[in-house]
Amino acid sequence: MTCKEFLALLDDLIDGTVTADARAELESHLGRCGHCEVIFNTTRKTIEIYRSHEIYDLPTGLRDRLHAAIMARCKKGCT
Amino acid sequence: MAIIQPIAGEIEPHPDVALVERVRAGDVAAYDALVRKYERQVFRIAQHITQNREDAEDVMQDAFLKAYEKLDQFQGNSKFYTWLVRIAVNESLMRLRKRRTGKMVSIDEDITTDEGSVPRDLADWAPDPEQNFGQSELAEILRKTIQGLPQGFRIVFVLRDVEGLSTEETAETLGLSVPAVKSRLLRARLQLRERLSRYFHKRKGSKGSKPRETSLAETIPAQVTPGKTGVEKK
Repeated sequence: MTCKEFLALLDDLIDGTVTADARAELESHLGRCGHCEVIFNTTRKTIEIYRSHEIYDLPTGLRDRLHAAIMARCKKGCT
Repeated sequence: MAIIQPIAGEIEPHPDVALVERVRAGDVAAYDALVRKYERQVFRIAQHITQNREDAEDVMQDAFLKAYEKLDQFQGNSKFYTWLVRIAVNESLMRLRKRRTGKMVSIDEDITTDEGSVPRDLADWAPDPEQNFGQSELAEILRKTIQGLPQGFRIVFVLRDVEGLSTEETAETLGLSVPAVKSRLLRARLQLRERLSRYFHKRKGSKGSKPRETSLAETIPAQVTPGKTGVEKK
């Protein structure tokens, strides 16, 4: 497997959507290619960091304003 | 004879289904529960698309109000969450359109760049690189980095990787084909990785932490403009 072929399947490897055979080939390439190993590990880490860090805090009071707006719309027929 | 067990998840209805039914019956508290459950996601999506805090606040408000008013149109053959996300994405794009009066806004803009589709920075990262930064500094780095991505890549990455939609749901939400989502996702991930590398390199022995442009870049036909990667596009 070449680095280009590895890169084409990188997402599937990260997302766990490769077949067992393809996985074995990808892992064998990873064992031999330090560069692809770095790409694989750091790409996975990139996703993990964005998933686990809140970068936009929810403004305070927004929920209350929304609740008030919803209440105003449903004066009739809401409990 | 063995009893065939039903597959979990196929029989159990999603908890949102009951909440939606209660809202339809006039129970506003049930809608509050849905708001609490998804307000962060909707706000984040709006912020990622509009890149403006006030707009994101308005979008969140409008999206939840619209979802509330249109709940009767919600078919229930998709998840409430993905239906809500679709509304939030549309509201965000509309807001963006308003801000750039007269200028068309689409999720296809800015995606012609090939930057980052070939990894260039091949230096390894420090273990747990985020530990080297304070919370607010890290958040700033992550914000700046993702804001620099072309819109069409950023939305795909946010929906698929941050908000947890499937590839198919992302495609449906954005009106893209599944292959288009896959291709954008790969490029978004690689570009973010490339840009974050500037901050997360191994620091000890500064020589070793220099980006190396070797075999990968040489193996793959060059599509990138040589030069500094990670330049913030405006």
